[in-house]
Amino acid sequence: MTIYQISVFIENKQGRLTEIVKTLSTNGIDIRALSVADTTDFGILRIIVNDPEAAIKVLKAEGVTVSKTQVIGVSFDDKTGALTNVLELLSNAGISVEYAYAFITHSKNNASVILRVEQVEEAIKVLTDAGVSLIDTIE
Amino acid sequence: MFFQKEIETMPRADLEKLQLERLKESVKRASNVPVYKKKFEEAGITPDDIKSLDDLKKFPFTYKADFRDNYPFGMYAVPMKDIVRVHASSGTTGKPTVVGYTKNDIDMWSDLVARVAVAAGVTNEDVVHVAFGYGLFTGAFGLHYANEKIGATVVPMSSGNTEKQLMLLQDFGATVLVATPTYALYLSEVAKEKGIVDKLKLKIGLFGAEGCSAGMREQIERNFGIIATDNYGMSELIGPGVSGECKFRCGLHIAEDHFIAEIIDPATGEVLPAGEEGELVITSLTKEALPVIRYRTGDITSLNYDVCECGRTHVRMAKVRGRSDDMLIIKGVNVFPSQIEGVLMNINHISPHYMLEVRRENFSDSLTVIVELIDEKLLERFQELDALRNEIRAKLRTVLGIDAKIKLVSPNTVERFQGKAKRVIDLRDKD
Repeated sequence: MTIYQISVFIENKQGRLTEIVKTLSTNGIDIRALSVADTTDFGILRIIVNDPEAAIKVLKAEGVTVSKTQVIGVSFDDKTGALTNVLELLSNAGISVEYAYAFITHSKNNASVILRVEQVEEAIKVLTDAGVSLIDTIE
Repeated sequence: MFFQKEIETMPRADLEKLQLERLKESVKRASNVPVYKKKFEEAGITPDDIKSLDDLKKFPFTYKADFRDNYPFGMYAVPMKDIVRVHASSGTTGKPTVVGYTKNDIDMWSDLVARVAVAAGVTNEDVVHVAFGYGLFTGAFGLHYANEKIGATVVPMSSGNTEKQLMLLQDFGATVLVATPTYALYLSEVAKEKGIVDKLKLKIGLFGAEGCSAGMREQIERNFGIIATDNYGMSELIGPGVSGECKFRCGLHIAEDHFIAEIIDPATGEVLPAGEEGELVITSLTKEALPVIRYRTGDITSLNYDVCECGRTHVRMAKVRGRSDDMLIIKGVNVFPSQIEGVLMNINHISPHYMLEVRRENFSDSLTVIVELIDEKLLERFQELDALRNEIRAKLRTVLGIDAKIKLVSPNTVERFQGKAKRVIDLRDKD
């Protein structure tokens, strides 16, 4: 029930993000979700891809600093209050979300979000017990 | 272990007697050189005025500029037919500093470097891999002939081509590595990466040609599983071998039978009492081709005249803290790159390679320290990267007294140097 996110260290240099994304695409790796956090001189790119192992391998070969983390993908009805419900379940269980970002799906009625929490197993239990559907594979 | 025990452990009184005798001869030889003759006349002093070692301080200083002004052979005290070798400094701008040697000079020089190598533990059973660049630079030849004199097997590898260096270190079973500390560090990292450290027989490192912080040396020692000693010298003085560490590594013994060392205040030129830190000034006692009288080395150190645990009586100079001309003045504060290196070597999550950038923005100096982030685990949380930057900034502020910007970059993006490292980019004088 967990999926892997890849974090990439990006120097604040023109064209650096392009280079990274291009390395992935030329190796046939598909990005499904993406988030960039940045300061004035560096950023961290967080991505969900169809083949995390391959992505790490090609990026490392380019000398990029990369790491892999377990995250949770949550899928819910695309309507007001749905995300609130999910986040409340977690906060009631004492689990705090460190960061979150949206995930692309091809369904019209569903919305998906990637959540990064410290207690992954516990969070999965809380959400599944409450009937929230989790994403377990990235096609 | 000693190469010339009797000289290296000579009681100070005997040593000073020998120095005085030799100093008179050396000053006499120097006064044959027009530039010295003129300097002595202007100071109203002659070689006969030397009655005691203390009289040396009446003589004027010699500067690197004297070598440049008398390029190429104007500093020689003997006719060209007596010169058997020429070397030149790796000067990065303008004309190089040219030096020369008689046959006796070469022989004496080999003795000096041999003392340093033997003090580090080199014997005739060692295989010595010389990764200094061969050429006009004194380092490679100095170490080459000294180790031959000891009877060791010398491999004149020269610099560059890291793959081949590692192959031959392995295949020839080198036990001693001669290199700049920066290149030794790089070689050790590549060897570790390739998993071949266990196949190497290295046990001693003889590093020189540039400064090396204690932290950097420890890192090389750890990576390679060796013991490294420092040696010191410069082409104007003779090359490497002017001083070197013994196995106790508590300062570099200066070959006092061939050189007199003084420490001066670089601003006033006044001789400072033993133990105080200042600029090292060296006078040669036996050099024939190129006597140097009170040469301003530009290196900041201090002297310790206590007899060393190893039995050597020759004065010990502290590890050079910096060069007076490497010294950066940032916001009015004196900053030695070696101080910055000392801080960086003790910080986790970054590689030992770094660059320093000095700029002037809005009429104020700024220092940027560029370091490579090598620990991918820190990518998990932004706070951890910020914490790392703050840690580096705080530690630098404690040591330097000024604030620096810390720029994290990807691994292997900071330049690796095969010769002397050039880690400072000063952009202040450029418009």
